[in-house]
Amino acid sequence: MLYLLKRLGFYLIAAFAALTLNFFLPRLMPGDPATALFARFRGRLGPEALEALRETFGLTEGPLITQYFTYLAHVFRGDLGISIAYFPAPVSEVIGNGLVWTVFIAGSSLVLSFALGTLLGIAAAWWRRGWIDTWLPATFTLLGAFPYFWLAMVALYLLGFTLGWFPLGHAYGDDISPGWNATFIGDLFRHAALPIGTVVLGTMGGWLLSMRNTMIGVLGSDFVNLARAKGLSPARVVLRYAARNALLPSVTGFGMALGFVLGGSLLTEVVFSYPGQGYLFVQAVRNQDYPLMQGVFLVITLAVLAANWCVDLLYLWLDPRTRDTAS
Amino acid sequence: MSRPLLEVRNLRVEYATASGLVRAIDDVSLTLHPGEILGIAGESGSGKSTLAQAILRVLPPPAIITGGAVEFEGRDLLGLDESELRALRWSRISMVFQGAMDALNPVITVGEQILDTLRAHARMEPTVARNRALELLRMVGLPNDCLSSHAHQLSGGMRQRVGIALALALHPALVILDEPTTALDVIVEREILEGVRALQQKLGFAVLFITHDLARMLEVSDRVAIFYGGRVAEVGTADQVRRSPAHPYTQGLLRAFPSLHGDPGRLASIPGAPPTLRNPPPGCRFHPRCPVAVEACRISAPPMIEVAPSHRAACHLAASESPGDR
Repeated sequence: MLYLLKRLGFYLIAAFAALTLNFFLPRLMPGDPATALFARFRGRLGPEALEALRETFGLTEGPLITQYFTYLAHVFRGDLGISIAYFPAPVSEVIGNGLVWTVFIAGSSLVLSFALGTLLGIAAAWWRRGWIDTWLPATFTLLGAFPYFWLAMVALYLLGFTLGWFPLGHAYGDDISPGWNATFIGDLFRHAALPIGTVVLGTMGGWLLSMRNTMIGVLGSDFVNLARAKGLSPARVVLRYAARNALLPSVTGFGMALGFVLGGSLLTEVVFSYPGQGYLFVQAVRNQDYPLMQGVFLVITLAVLAANWCVDLLYLWLDPRTRDTAS
Repeated sequence: MSRPLLEVRNLRVEYATASGLVRAIDDVSLTLHPGEILGIAGESGSGKSTLAQAILRVLPPPAIITGGAVEFEGRDLLGLDESELRALRWSRISMVFQGAMDALNPVITVGEQILDTLRAHARMEPTVARNRALELLRMVGLPNDCLSSHAHQLSGGMRQRVGIALALALHPALVILDEPTTALDVIVEREILEGVRALQQKLGFAVLFITHDLARMLEVSDRVAIFYGGRVAEVGTADQVRRSPAHPYTQGLLRAFPSLHGDPGRLASIPGAPPTLRNPPPGCRFHPRCPVAVEACRISAPPMIEVAPSHRAACHLAASESPGDR
């Protein structure tokens, strides 16, 4: 328990550091968002509007330290400011809309890729030198060598554009109204198939290889041999004895990969014009939308920290040895 | 004499390596009678652990049995299919693995590892299985709460006791002890071996006791076999081997161990290193290190020669009264 609290403390400090960086980084850049926005309207706004914008963004003339505390107070209230690109929508709302889609496609591709890769890794190690072990690691390493946005473009061109099997972009069709019905959900998956599929193809090889290699090591250990000698069923030997132990390094990798999920699906989202976090981020950069950039960055950081805390919890459950060093 | 429990005939085990086959066990024959303790001693790499794993047919992948026969209770173990083997494993032959460190699954409890063994071989009520597990722990002198412990929470000695409890779970006829006390201190080692001996006398199982500790083995075993370079160098009763070792290697081994009562000045090591199995010396494998080797030793491998009833040695000179300079 103490261990979890310690980890929680660590993550809180990290979150605080991220918040602080998030505040200072934009302010180290020359100019300010209000001026940038003002400039975008090319003289169609009066000087009093500039002041109003400054006010809105919290860029008042007070000393930096008061601005910092105002910012912190706003963040804790969930107020991330007003987006410039999607003016006058609040950043929290813009991000909220994008986050759902990112969590959907990036989350499911990570889980799918991890699950498939790990299972195939177990199979490859168990039937060593069998056909799975001969063909799959090589195939998926090759696929993984291509950047997955490139796979995404090839898939989009061949399966979407040329063959017309899949839609070319967006999260769902324009002609379909969102709702919890079969048509809409079916359409969601049709739109998500290519983005998820290409990421899974591109990243599965890593999970497969790492699981396979750890499994081969674990299969050679005495406790696996003992399990076999005990006359246990092969399924129990493989899953309960070998895979259960070989999984541990992969779980650590899973925790780290979560970090790339939210930011890393950026290019996939751009290729498929998928309205997620990455797409938003690109819009924010294009429009010099500092509040939105800050917001996206903040959400990614906090999500990664939260996800890692969950992985700590999972690890505690998976590996009893951490329980004891912890207490 | 009664029908042997285990009979190993001309067993050959080879490791398939990149540079060809390496013979880890070469033409080994042994018999073990019900309720008997047979000690097997030899240096590292002499093939003794490979023998243990070959009997249970749990050899790690590059190793394959390439010849010979293993007969257990009248059945040919090498001819059994996977499901027959699974039924026989642990219920008739069990094993205590070398190095207690790595023999237990680190992520599940000791109790679960005993229970899954019980359940793999018989349908059992949960409470019955639990009681049996507790009985096993008591048998080896472990407290009840070990059931919910994980391997890392136990000391080396306790882990090895768990290993023994596990081995006795299904009343086997044969327990293979593969260097059961490696990495344990002498006091714990003695306790554990005395515990095994007491249990063996009470429950009547046979033991194949594999060790590199010759002195300890002679003390515990009824009969002993000395391994050298994947072959049996000498086999006989513990008494015969201790009092009148017939193979120069055994003689060397006995001289290399300090005796509590003997003359400490006579302690001597065997010069040279154990043979590499990749490229074993021709003839008798021991001849490069043998103090009494003659021309014949360099040319032909010596057959097993009976030096006394139930006492045989693979040495050209064993036929004559005393080969060594004892």
